Amino acid sequence: MALLSKKDSKLILDPLADNNPITIQVLGICSALAITAQLKASIVMAISVIAVLAVGNVVISLMRNIIPSKIRIIVQLIVVAALVIIVDQVLKAFAYTLSKELSVFIGLIITNCIIMGRFEAFALGNGPWRSFLDGIGNAARYGLILVIVGFFRELLGSGTLLGIQVLGDPIAKTGLYAIGYENNGFMLLSPMALIVIGIIIWVQRSRNKELIEE
Amino acid sequence: MGLKQNLHKLKEKYKGTKMAPAFNALHTFLYTPNETTHSGSHVRSVDDLKRTMNTVIMALIPCLIFGIFNAGYQHYAAIDATLRLDPLGNFFTWDNFILGAWTVLPLVIVSYVVGLGVEFIFAIINKHEVEEGYLVTGMLVPLIVPIDIPIWMLIVAVIFGVVIGKEVFGGTGMNILNPALTIRAFLFFAYPTWMSGDKVWVHGAKAMAGQPDAISGETILGSLAQNHEPIYSLWDMFWGFIPGSVGETSTFLILIGAAFLIFTKIGSWRIMLSAVVGAIAMGLIFNGVVDQGWIKEGSSFYALMNETYWHHLIIGGLAFGIVYMATDPVTAAQTNKGKWIYGFLIGFMSVMIRVFNPAYPEGVMLAILLMNVFAPTIDHYVVQGNIKKRLKRLKVKTA
Repeated sequence: MALLSKKDSKLILDPLADNNPITIQVLGICSALAITAQLKASIVMAISVIAVLAVGNVVISLMRNIIPSKIRIIVQLIVVAALVIIVDQVLKAFAYTLSKELSVFIGLIITNCIIMGRFEAFALGNGPWRSFLDGIGNAARYGLILVIVGFFRELLGSGTLLGIQVLGDPIAKTGLYAIGYENNGFMLLSPMALIVIGIIIWVQRSRNKELIEE
Repeated sequence: MGLKQNLHKLKEKYKGTKMAPAFNALHTFLYTPNETTHSGSHVRSVDDLKRTMNTVIMALIPCLIFGIFNAGYQHYAAIDATLRLDPLGNFFTWDNFILGAWTVLPLVIVSYVVGLGVEFIFAIINKHEVEEGYLVTGMLVPLIVPIDIPIWMLIVAVIFGVVIGKEVFGGTGMNILNPALTIRAFLFFAYPTWMSGDKVWVHGAKAMAGQPDAISGETILGSLAQNHEPIYSLWDMFWGFIPGSVGETSTFLILIGAAFLIFTKIGSWRIMLSAVVGAIAMGLIFNGVVDQGWIKEGSSFYALMNETYWHHLIIGGLAFGIVYMATDPVTAAQTNKGKWIYGFLIGFMSVMIRVFNPAYPEGVMLAILLMNVFAPTIDHYVVQGNIKKRLKRLKVKTA
């Protein structure tokens, strides 16, 4: 990592470990529950949030000295809204079925607390390069949790990964289904996403005792 | 005394090691522990947790034995319908018992082995003693699942129920939801094709589906939800000669169990009584709606709404849920006034869910889980109300 100084690389790596937006700060839960039934949707959502947050952080950081602090929330909203619309349009143009699947949730990136949170907490006080790294780091960790949850939900709920039947064909009864395995329908319901995230938090905290609050 | 001495020696040998809780559990499970509390004042009572649990299990044994016979009976009666003409004469037969034992006992064994296994592992990791909490859950689980549930599904559900329903909250006594119902709810949402329909309540129905000698057996609630008239008489329903989850069919034996629990003061009669009142109240409301002509005969709710109000008490798992699961001392409301409200709402909502949601023919599971969540809230307001009342009394006196 000669490209980044130690302080800069911490910006990317720290959110990846102990300052995770979802599991520690418990932000962005709505989308983590709503779109993680399929791995593909989780990945697209993760990439979209990375793009929006990284670019948004840079834009806000560049403007940070000229935004009057009284109207900064409105300015931030406009920036996010513009970026989200761009992402939405790109998806509609190049991956129409997927964008239908994600439906309103791409639009709802605007309300994702992680984004406003990073603008307020980081981009308003730091330079564009560091803001960029911070955006990538936070959004990547958000995306990582999304992908983990999506992986387990799709694998156990539908028996597929990215639409490929990895466990065999449930109708023709091949693979695991031949010996009586069945998909777990509960995995496709939102409560199970919450439980999976809960288990991730549990694992993380039992590995790192410092995170346990009194 | 040989066994006790040996167990005690074994326990002393492993004292202080990692596996100590496991050996302590074995020791105290079979005999009264020979240690006493060293300091502080403490309550002396014969009713420790183990005794409480064993009392409930005793109350459940008749249901289990009946369930074993019923499993065989339903299978043979589905093949040869003439058996139903004389249920009592054809019920307690060796054939029924052997087939029933062959299908039911594996469920019991798996439920206990897996559930206690999880408890032992958590006790060792968390370095606390094994709690007796699973003893009742382990007996309830096989009684509230369909007879043909695949064993691996039961294993997955038991692990889920014990870990997510109980251990994450801190083990026995800390859980918000009834673990047995958590296990059933998991099965219900995860594998709906094995938990509802007309193919799962009779042994062999699913395996023989599509063949010329295919059999089926719908529960009464299942037929009513589809506006079919059930084929069983009211006495069949009361004695329990009907298809259903393994141990919940016999209202008669559940009543005996209820009497036993109330007599030994283990189960709360307030909850049981108010739940029955709640179910009757909702049933009467629905009957009234039908009498007023507000609902037409073609409606999908008609058959269930038109069911005479007290029939709801003897069909489905309502009675079983009220007696054995609503009264769970950990998850129920603790205050007396709270118990009335808690029980009433369980009965009320069970019947409401039954009628309004044909996809979930048995509402009592969801009603109890819902009220489990609300029990602490109910208690909070009861206690606050009491404090306010007493404060007022104080003011009147001082003024």
